Amino acid sequence: MIAELGHFALILSLAVALFQTVVPLVGATRGWPAWMDSARPAALAQFGLIGIAFAALTVAFVTSDFSVALVYENSHSAKPMLYKITGVWGNHEGSMLLWVLILALFGAAAASFGEHLPPALRARVLSVQGAIGASFLTFIIFTSNPFLRMNPAAFDGRDLNPLLQDPGLAFHPPFLYLGYVGLSMSFSFAVAALIEGRVDAAWARWVRPWTLAAWVFLTIGIALGSWWAYYELGWGGFWFWDPVENASFMPWLLAAALLHSAIVVEKRETLKAWTILLAIMAFGFSLIGTFIVRSGVITSVHSFASDPSRGVFILAILAFFVGGALTLYAARAGTMTARGVFAPVSREGALLLNNLLLAVAAFVVFVGTIWPLVAELAWGRKLSVGAPFFEQAFTPFMIALAVALPIGAILPWKRGRIGRAVATLRPAAILAVAVAALTFAVSTGHSALAVVGAALGAWLIGGAAIDIWQRAGRQAGRLTRLPRADWGRVTAHAGLGVTFIGISLLMAWQVEDIRVARVGETFTVAGYDITLAEVEELPGPNYTSTTAVMQVARDGRPVATLHPEKRVYPVQAMPTTEAAIHSGPFGDIYLVIGDPQQDGGWAVRSYIKPFAFWIWLGSGLMALGGLISLSDRRWRVAAAARRTPGMVPAE
Amino acid sequence: MRRAILGLALALSLPVAALAVQPDEVLADPALESRAREISQSLRCPVCQGENIDESNAPISRDLRLYVRERLVAGDSDAQVIDAVTTRFGEYVLFEPRAEGGNLILYAAGPLMALVAALGAWGFLRRRRETATPVVALTVEERARLKSLMDQDS
Repeated sequence: MIAELGHFALILSLAVALFQTVVPLVGATRGWPAWMDSARPAALAQFGLIGIAFAALTVAFVTSDFSVALVYENSHSAKPMLYKITGVWGNHEGSMLLWVLILALFGAAAASFGEHLPPALRARVLSVQGAIGASFLTFIIFTSNPFLRMNPAAFDGRDLNPLLQDPGLAFHPPFLYLGYVGLSMSFSFAVAALIEGRVDAAWARWVRPWTLAAWVFLTIGIALGSWWAYYELGWGGFWFWDPVENASFMPWLLAAALLHSAIVVEKRETLKAWTILLAIMAFGFSLIGTFIVRSGVITSVHSFASDPSRGVFILAILAFFVGGALTLYAARAGTMTARGVFAPVSREGALLLNNLLLAVAAFVVFVGTIWPLVAELAWGRKLSVGAPFFEQAFTPFMIALAVALPIGAILPWKRGRIGRAVATLRPAAILAVAVAALTFAVSTGHSALAVVGAALGAWLIGGAAIDIWQRAGRQAGRLTRLPRADWGRVTAHAGLGVTFIGISLLMAWQVEDIRVARVGETFTVAGYDITLAEVEELPGPNYTSTTAVMQVARDGRPVATLHPEKRVYPVQAMPTTEAAIHSGPFGDIYLVIGDPQQDGGWAVRSYIKPFAFWIWLGSGLMALGGLISLSDRRWRVAAAARRTPGMVPAE
Repeated sequence: MRRAILGLALALSLPVAALAVQPDEVLADPALESRAREISQSLRCPVCQGENIDESNAPISRDLRLYVRERLVAGDSDAQVIDAVTTRFGEYVLFEPRAEGGNLILYAAGPLMALVAALGAWGFLRRRRETATPVVALTVEERARLKSLMDQDS
């Protein structure tokens, strides 16, 4: 009964979405206020109805209602409660339902906070949101309905893929979707602006917080996913250049570019057409990401539920929205006149360079990701493009970006002088050289990766410190009175530097040891004495675990006692490794227990991963920087001060 | 019958339980072993989804890892080992596609796009400077609206 209620709410929400698409748009064209205003209750109703459907599906999972096919296929009565709930989106149908729920959430947010938007713009934005919602609701109802019953009902379910039975599943997909779908707001604003033929500073001011929010969510989502891979897969890899990772990385790069170009539109009223194009592309790549994951055209470790016929449907949605928006863009882009004039060496010029590097980097990732598909269609060649290619092709753009970033951030608007900016940054340059020398001295084998990465990281962090110091007029007392947007900017830029250091030092310096150890045996890895003290079999709620007790000491002093596990989930007959990690500021000790050996020992893997924590610390700082910037009171103050149409703030 | 099912269950669950590089595969010579690791990280497991043979748990990956080491011990160069594996399984196993034929497009795409974008940006900057026009005066309606707004505020 509850499943049917959810099913009914889902169908009703499609009807509401169709209404929301058509009526406000007609109203905006004809200038009928009542029709335009109908978008707001429609957006709220759509959110409410999809919320009911999502709640109904959650109830089915929580109560283990195995008469619902989806629950039977992805759940089990013995599964812990947390994974019964997260299992709702640990499958194709449920994750698409979460996708539209978040889409409707953004629509409802725009409807609620959009009081100061010009009514016609608001109606058009909500109409475009409604159209996106309608197409994905159609997709769900006709190709991926989560509420289908099966008769007779099963006695018990087939359980969730054990790799997904992890707290990571609770947060990684929702954050990622908040990011993907958040970009739909930027897209809707871009399309609405194209229909109106008007892009100005007020428009940019509206789009920026939405893009910033989406980018923050994407940053968190991607970082959580990579951290999850790091501790769950059992050897500490954190990024694989897998098609699905790339699919989330491309929108991230483009959202970062959009964030920066919207600043130029807002402050200087130029780069308008480019910003609109970026907004369209950023969401376009979110859709491409959805297509890649859901169609399975490119095989990937993430495609746990894929089906070609669904892929075609999503491709059609993609073609309709991106094709339509680009057509509109081609027709209208010429009418967007730029106002501000600037010299190549200026803040605007630097932000343009930022956009160029980020967009080309995203393009490189895109070409590499779809290349196997292209090669197969064009020449019938089956080939692979993986980490070695991406590392070569992508890294140069990130190096250029890191070199230019601190200089660009302190250049003045309109016209600047590179020499002067570099002179200001001299302390950061000295810091970078010192760090490079130190890294060179410390690393065995003199890895260029470690030296360049650490130096660039130091340059970014030092540059951010000088940036904020300059903004405060070199007076410590004024640091606290700076706008939050300034703090947000330098926090995010420094975060990028921290991530640079983490990635390069981890990749250059990690130590690995694979061996057979007997219980009681002590061995040494990179200065750590590791003892396999004990191995025991323990029962878990829905698995059996082989847990090892391992003691780590350094110079005779105990460092940590770790419990790596190997689990077997009987329902899916699948083993997982649960690595034990001792995390420290300068490196992690990462231990994995393997199989028993014939002669009585155990396969044991030990990794020393220097600066691993810095990767996620840096990502966290980037997200935090975005949040600080988002909390800037200028967004709200402007709301109270200016009520003129066309100059409207974010919240 | 029950024993058969149990045996089947064990057979299904045991082989996959072997994880990635096993201690018995590791070569005694650390230099050779590190070359073997490097090579296995650039070779794709033929039956898995996007994993290299170094990380993969599939039996074929273990065979390939052992084969790579065998060739290295026999004195082959890295390139020879990779060629030998590619001859058997096709270019699908190469995570770094060969820069030849159509693949040149893949390798050239990034630099070319950067060049095009740089030229485009340069053109944009030049045009901006040439067509730099003074700010257009407000239209009559805009001026009237501005006036009414200013009056409202004060």
